[in-house]
Amino acid sequence: MIWQIEFVVLVIVLICGVAAVTVRDLLGAAVLFGAYSFMMCLLWAIMGAVDVAFTEASVGAGVSTVLFVAAVFRTSRRTKD
Amino acid sequence: MEALWEQILTKANYWMTIALMMVGLYAMITKRNLVKKIIGMNILQTAVILMFISIGAKRGATIPILKHGDAAAAHAPRAVDYINPLPHVLMLTAIVVAVSTLGVALALAVKIYQQNGTLDEADILARQVPRSHEGGP
Amino acid sequence: MKTAAALLVLLFGGLLVYASLEFPAWGDPMAPASRHVSPHYIERSLAETSVPNIVTAVLADYRGYDTMFETIVIFTAGVACLFLLRIFGRRSSESRLYRHLPTGITLRISRGGAVPLSSKEFERIDLQWVPYSVVVRTTCRLIVPFSQLFALYVIAHGHHSPGGGFQGGVILGASIILFAIANNLRASLAWFSEKLAVLLCGLGVSIYVATGALSFLLGGNFLDYGTLSKPFAMGAVAARSLGILMVEIGVGITVMAVMVHLYYGLASAGRHDEGL
Repeated sequence: MIWQIEFVVLVIVLICGVAAVTVRDLLGAAVLFGAYSFMMCLLWAIMGAVDVAFTEASVGAGVSTVLFVAAVFRTSRRTKD
Repeated sequence: MEALWEQILTKANYWMTIALMMVGLYAMITKRNLVKKIIGMNILQTAVILMFISIGAKRGATIPILKHGDAAAAHAPRAVDYINPLPHVLMLTAIVVAVSTLGVALALAVKIYQQNGTLDEADILARQVPRSHEGGP
Repeated sequence: MKTAAALLVLLFGGLLVYASLEFPAWGDPMAPASRHVSPHYIERSLAETSVPNIVTAVLADYRGYDTMFETIVIFTAGVACLFLLRIFGRRSSESRLYRHLPTGITLRISRGGAVPLSSKEFERIDLQWVPYSVVVRTTCRLIVPFSQLFALYVIAHGHHSPGGGFQGGVILGASIILFAIANNLRASLAWFSEKLAVLLCGLGVSIYVATGALSFLLGGNFLDYGTLSKPFAMGAVAARSLGILMVEIGVGITVMAVMVHLYYGLASAGRHDEGL
């Protein structure tokens, strides 16, 4: 656990999270949410929670992004906010 | 001054997690698009999970997979050498439950879109009001 | 509205920051969370279950009851998605597109029109059809078997390395979703049908509960795998390891089936005919 690396990754996580909720395109938001999940997985791997990081890498960055893209494909991509 | 710096260094991690929770909660309250609300919900969930993992972290310890085999079997494992596994167990199941709730939430959003033709909360509510007047007793 | 929300969120954050001042320092080995029951897990789990990965041991053995109901939550999510989205029977009112393979001509057949059934020359295509990319399909064909093999390894080797039923099940489901994306939803449904997915959802939970009930019938507590030593002729500690493996297989089957089923439902908006 090196706190400098961990802090940098936390800042990237925060930027990805804010970008995912502010971008005005739902497909872009889904992809940014995938990036957020992957950075979160990296953070947990740094903290030594390898099982949780593995789960997040497969679930958060893999399947949830696919589910988001599928839902956006079946609804609309535009958003007002 | 030294004490303040010490406080910041040891607590900054938690504060960033709290900032992430605030982002998620704010998105859940103010965003009018349902998919944006679901993204906010997921950010809140992962922030809570990050809080639990931070609580389980232990300085100078290794990942919770025990050394085993002939050489390591001589001495029993000590608790200070391994990261606390209990938050990991609880959060591992929480992540998979989070993706199931995400699936159900997105299914609801798709169903709402099929019936109303929009994902915007204000537009959905505007469509609901006249219908309730027509269908009165 | 926005200012009220911002004030509420700032109050929430301020309260949490105030509470965090009383927290133990980050990474403190003597934090209260690391002193109560976790030393027992770290020091005794290898002797009691012969599983080096403490997370797996705690997940499936010490807290097996908890994990059983987490699996049932996932199963419930799959069933809820079925009831929310699925549109049975009724044929889509839109016209359907067929492609004549030798010439590449696309036919649009409206409602009630004759469908060239069982013809090798016609292939049904999606309304938003794009020409298949050879690179994508070939790469998918190469990747899918290896990712499924890796998923089985993750389930079976969860005792000794990071992994287990949840992760392996998700990777197994993701390989089927990859196949569905690279080809189309109908090809994927012909390979892994909806009926099979729903049956596997239930089967996984049943394996979990049956493992618990077996140890119950053999004279122990529910999910007390130590009693499995009698029928399998092994020591009580090795029997716990075996019980954990059986439970992980059940979890993996349920998670895989639910992930695939959620994708089918969402990508086709419940019609199960045209997907992403």
